Amino acid sequence: MPGLLRPGKYFMQGNIAIGEAALIAGCRFYAGYPITPSNEIAEWMSRRLPEVGGVFIQMEDEIGSIVAVLGASAAGVKAMTATSGPGFSLMMESVGLASMMEIPSVIVNVMRAGPSTGIPTLVGQGDIMQAKWGSHGDYEIIAYLPNSVQEAFDFTIKAFNTAERYRIMTMVLADQVIGHMMGKLIVPDYSEVELVEREKPTVSPDQYLVADSRYLIPPMAIAGAGYRVNYDSLTHDDRGYPSVDREVSFRLVQRLVRKIRENERKIAEWEEYETDDADLLMVAYGCTSRSVKEVVKKLRREGFRVGLFRPKTAWPFPWWRLRELSERVNKILVVEINMGQMVHVVREYAARDIDIMHVPYAPGYMPDPGYIEGIVRKVYGA
Amino acid sequence: MSSAVDRVRLKDFSSIALSTFYKGLEEAIRIDRMPHIFCPGCGLGIVLKGLAEAILKSGIPIEKHVGVSGIGCTGRLPGYLKIDAYHVTHGRPIAFAVGLKLANPELEVTVVGGDGDIVTIGGNHFIHAARRNHDINVIIVNNFIYGMTGGQYGATTPVGSYTTTSPHGHVEYPFNIPLLAYAAGATFIARWTPIHYAQMVDTFIQMFEHKGFAVVEIIAPCVLYGERNRFPSYTDMVKYFRDRCVIDNEADLPKIGISLDPKEPLVIGVFHKVRKKTYEELYRELIERVSKGGAKE
Amino acid sequence: MRLLNLEKLFIPIGRLRVEPELCKGCGFCIEFCPRKVLDFSEEVNSKGYHYPIIKRGMEDLCTACGMCQRICPDYAIYLERIDKIPASKLVR
Repeated sequence: MPGLLRPGKYFMQGNIAIGEAALIAGCRFYAGYPITPSNEIAEWMSRRLPEVGGVFIQMEDEIGSIVAVLGASAAGVKAMTATSGPGFSLMMESVGLASMMEIPSVIVNVMRAGPSTGIPTLVGQGDIMQAKWGSHGDYEIIAYLPNSVQEAFDFTIKAFNTAERYRIMTMVLADQVIGHMMGKLIVPDYSEVELVEREKPTVSPDQYLVADSRYLIPPMAIAGAGYRVNYDSLTHDDRGYPSVDREVSFRLVQRLVRKIRENERKIAEWEEYETDDADLLMVAYGCTSRSVKEVVKKLRREGFRVGLFRPKTAWPFPWWRLRELSERVNKILVVEINMGQMVHVVREYAARDIDIMHVPYAPGYMPDPGYIEGIVRKVYGA
Repeated sequence: MSSAVDRVRLKDFSSIALSTFYKGLEEAIRIDRMPHIFCPGCGLGIVLKGLAEAILKSGIPIEKHVGVSGIGCTGRLPGYLKIDAYHVTHGRPIAFAVGLKLANPELEVTVVGGDGDIVTIGGNHFIHAARRNHDINVIIVNNFIYGMTGGQYGATTPVGSYTTTSPHGHVEYPFNIPLLAYAAGATFIARWTPIHYAQMVDTFIQMFEHKGFAVVEIIAPCVLYGERNRFPSYTDMVKYFRDRCVIDNEADLPKIGISLDPKEPLVIGVFHKVRKKTYEELYRELIERVSKGGAKE
Repeated sequence: MRLLNLEKLFIPIGRLRVEPELCKGCGFCIEFCPRKVLDFSEEVNSKGYHYPIIKRGMEDLCTACGMCQRICPDYAIYLERIDKIPASKLVR
């Protein structure tokens, strides 16, 4: 495959790794709008996409960007955009559009300090809830939380794969630290990289149903392939025609969320560090988890039985494993760069009587290990 | 158990007989969805017919035609055509069409939207797509009002109009769509009404042939606008079009704004047609240059 | 003055077909017929709309121009066929 990053070892910026991963995953369309701290992705794609025969366009705003991404994907081309908090907010309506029309697409959100314009150049993790609940109505998405340049690369490929497999919009919630840091990247042999394509219709156009409820995930007819189907953002029946029928509309909404809910155990991923005999469970993700891991390592050497549960997917959240762990530990301590987002999910799923503490930290910087260590020591009363 | 609406539709219209005029159109119109939802006196039924006829006469295989629409009465139109149709969110069909066309330049992409969808909420996408001269077609059905939601004012509502959100009379100046399109860089601009049926179909065919950003404004009657503004019965607005429309292809665009004043002419025609390299052509040249190792830096 | 050979001159007469159930009573066809051969019916269809009918005595005056079938927004009226009758039959 000419033009793609060759297998080997690299020292690379997180944002660039995301761009190269997208190309390896088959992305050949990027529409975006400049926003710090994701600009490196757009700039890289504007340079690289024409080299591999793809298309880059800088649209007039974020709304136009994400809608153009959906248009390109509807025509059969894997497409993505990258943004940060303010752009992510603008794109929310299209999260619902992608869900209703079942168009695969990827948004990379390099999270920055908020709210509003916030601090464009510094880190935040305040978009976790918005990723899941930001659009109106009922839908499901998949959101990945990389904590290294390698994961930024790996999870971008995963995001394209799951988008294609489930015909949904997926997100890579990198934070500004991961996006801007330099780190080690190992690009594997292409034969080891699984690439998923959306399922194509196997029947003739007159037998094809665009929203065939006999499937959990119907095969997707792309524009111009001769199927001549109606894709509608209005609630629709199996033929794709708008419907206000009670049964038809409920069946559609249920199918759209069941796609993910029935597969959450296959999709959710997490990392556990020293959790086997832990009595204090730390929960952290993204760049924060790097600080927390340092703290766990150091305190373990002193005999504290502290462990780390690191979700790699914010959504679906691996709640079943969290519940298991919560039944074995005494306390849970959630550390995140926001004023309280994942802690709500933890509270929802953890064992009922467990003590859940929270370290909200939102100054635009990662909490450094010393800061977290002090808090953990206090928790132990030491 | 399907609802009462669906039962009436299937029972009464299962045996539609069509004449030779419509037999050809069956190829392009979803007869199983008739009757359409447009009101009595609405021009959209005529635009639907005209567009279907133009698609069949365009010389482009119908499988390559794609319709993209936003929200509103006009937004429902591509769903009645037997083409790949995408009914997206309000104001956004042009951005969606840009993505479709760039991903597959073989597609003949036509955006169909109302004045609210395309030049009010969708104004930003409209002017930028025109600026870039994307090779897409935009049909703007202008009824001077937001019809689907009951009759609120929009960016083309004439001064003084009575609408549900201007009950004391409208105090805003409207857009002049051909002028806006021209200023933004559109390379094919025309305006007709549905009663100028033959010209409308011919212009749609020219629009398909045109390489570049094509804007066709169709001034349409709408009972929601008409009943509050001097056109109380279904035929009043089309009678006004018949009596006051003047075809002038050389018209001076700043002078052809629409006031719907019975003393003023309503200027229609094919106003602008030039050939300029499209965004798709320019980007294709870029790809060829870059993949031969000719990158700038 | 009388024109000769009127029996050799054939005039097209349109035979219109109306689908009453598709009509929404907008009146465009009636308004735009150049010969004014159409009018609203007395009866209504199942939705309550009056649909077009040819005025009594004017059945042979439709010139088959096709304006009604072009202008109808609802596909409710169209030319089913065009008859040809000698002009001598029309002249009094």
